Amino acid sequence: METLDFRFTSTPAPRASDPALCGVVGSGNLEILVQPGAEPATCVLTIKTSARGFGDTWRAVLGDFAASHPAGGTVIAINDMGATPAVVTLRLAQALAEYRGGAQ
Amino acid sequence: MNHALASRHSWFEASARTRLAGLLDAGSFREILPPAESQPSPHLAQLDLPGAFDDGVIVGGGRLSGQSVLVAAQEGQFMGGAVGEIHGAKIVGLLRRAVKEKPAAVLFLIDSGGVRLHEANAGLIAISEIMRAVLEARAAGVPVIALVGGSCGAFGGMGIVAKLCSAILMSEEGRLALSGPEVIETVAGVEEFDAKDRALVWRVTGGKHRYLMGDCAALLEDDIAAFRNGAAEFLAAWHEPEPGLACLRARQSVLEKRLAAYASYRDGLQVWAALGIAQPETVPMLDRDSLVALKEGLPT
Amino acid sequence: MSLNDILDALFPAGHAVAVANQVITGEAQTAQGPVAVLGTTDAAAIDHAMALALASFVLDTVERHPGRPLVFLVDTSGQALSRGQELLCLNGSLAHLASCVDLARRQGHPSLSLVTANAVSGGFLSFGLMADKAFALAEAQVRVMDLRAMARVTKIAHERLVDLATASPIFAPGAENYLRMGGIEAIWPAPSAALLESALTTVRQTLPASDQRMGVGLTRGGRQLAAGIAKIVQSTRVGA
Repeated sequence: METLDFRFTSTPAPRASDPALCGVVGSGNLEILVQPGAEPATCVLTIKTSARGFGDTWRAVLGDFAASHPAGGTVIAINDMGATPAVVTLRLAQALAEYRGGAQ
Repeated sequence: MNHALASRHSWFEASARTRLAGLLDAGSFREILPPAESQPSPHLAQLDLPGAFDDGVIVGGGRLSGQSVLVAAQEGQFMGGAVGEIHGAKIVGLLRRAVKEKPAAVLFLIDSGGVRLHEANAGLIAISEIMRAVLEARAAGVPVIALVGGSCGAFGGMGIVAKLCSAILMSEEGRLALSGPEVIETVAGVEEFDAKDRALVWRVTGGKHRYLMGDCAALLEDDIAAFRNGAAEFLAAWHEPEPGLACLRARQSVLEKRLAAYASYRDGLQVWAALGIAQPETVPMLDRDSLVALKEGLPT
Repeated sequence: MSLNDILDALFPAGHAVAVANQVITGEAQTAQGPVAVLGTTDAAAIDHAMALALASFVLDTVERHPGRPLVFLVDTSGQALSRGQELLCLNGSLAHLASCVDLARRQGHPSLSLVTANAVSGGFLSFGLMADKAFALAEAQVRVMDLRAMARVTKIAHERLVDLATASPIFAPGAENYLRMGGIEAIWPAPSAALLESALTTVRQTLPASDQRMGVGLTRGGRQLAAGIAKIVQSTRVGA
């Protein structure tokens, strides 16, 4: 297992009242927990992944996501069981949409 | 595609959270120890494995057809729904809560291979605690209803737990047994149990076989709405009996007679023929309603 | 150690115990009066017939000897591994046995189990772990799976499991680990009438028995999370 930490500048997301969870920690899948953070223009991510040595791929996928989605002001925790970049991107979009759906 | 099929939402395919959302009255579910308030298993981390925030089981309260219920739902996709220290303690806590809170029922969405080997000792003791807590809740008058229809079925210690519940409601796709076919094949050989022969596995452990033998109370379609309706209907008609000698004597007699009659059988086909089914080979093809009608027409 | 040696050591005042199909049933004398003795021997792989024989004996005891203590002797390699057994829902017969032990508890029968040689998985769950308190002889093996098989199934290197097992009681076989986790009350150096009498006194005093294993596991440091988690789930207020 490898633990990765990233911070990206991102357009502020509306602050939601409830955390959002998406996905399941199953083979080729991951779970993503989105919670409100303290820095409005920053997306803070922590990833625990079963696959070692993919730090650069994670940085690229998550950087793209933070640049293309308003994810500022969130803290995102990920538990991963070898999801592909496509699955990661899809789940992140779902999780953020659910988080924003709960916004007040 | 007809409308009924189009609107069906498979229980087997769904995640535990999706099952719960569809099982309970809309918006009624309140999770205890939700992901944002919990930590993944440190024992898995020690073995270099990522955990899940809920440790593979979701517990909480909600409403079923307006009645308040407590629920536990195992996530089969995470470590095969297997029971570790945190996972087990959440279920035990929920069952103990039921003793005090006296909900209309505890709905137990079982989807588990049993003990989580990575936490084997904690898991085994936890399953023992779950067994006693199920019986404690039932003795307090709270029905505990097992819903079995997920990809991991109810195996190992969770197979025992399922049979300690007031009733098991099961889909054809669900499986219920003690040792998994793979374990039996590994230890006793492929001629004893060919785990890759899916049709055989279902004839021995699947929902239809368990229903025909009376080991589950109802056979349901693989559909979340069918589980919701099935659970509500069962609950409306059920009164939890007090634990007593007469009831267990009667059960003992049923099990002894069954063992005497079927001890030499090794395939569901043989049992179904002995139950009086004229064409046992057609059973795997029958849809749920036809099978229920067939069982209701059997000699008792 | 033979079953007879164990019985002689536990019950010097006398015992009348039969063994059939690896199932032990009978009674024995203690300073506190007669007790029912039951269980399995020779690493029995528990099947329907064994589970039903034990269940029947528990029900007989409840019916004929109200309040008589139950002493379980546990020597099981787990459940019988066969297609025919699964066909008839082996988990159902094991659950039935567990229900009978639970009924006895509710009707005021104190119970204890002693692991004499092996205690594995389903066989252990169905009666040994259902007793008010479980004990083990020092030489007893208590486990779900041995480490080599565990390494194969989990795909974690055997050496790594052996390494981790020295630091953590959470997964590795051994009565000592179950002791630390609260699953086993105490380990006896050898079968002894004095230890049995004292254990019987303890289970009698704590009637009606509630399940204290999580708290014990916490106190002994082997299971540090379960008690706290269960308490939170049991008592947290849930918003409407």
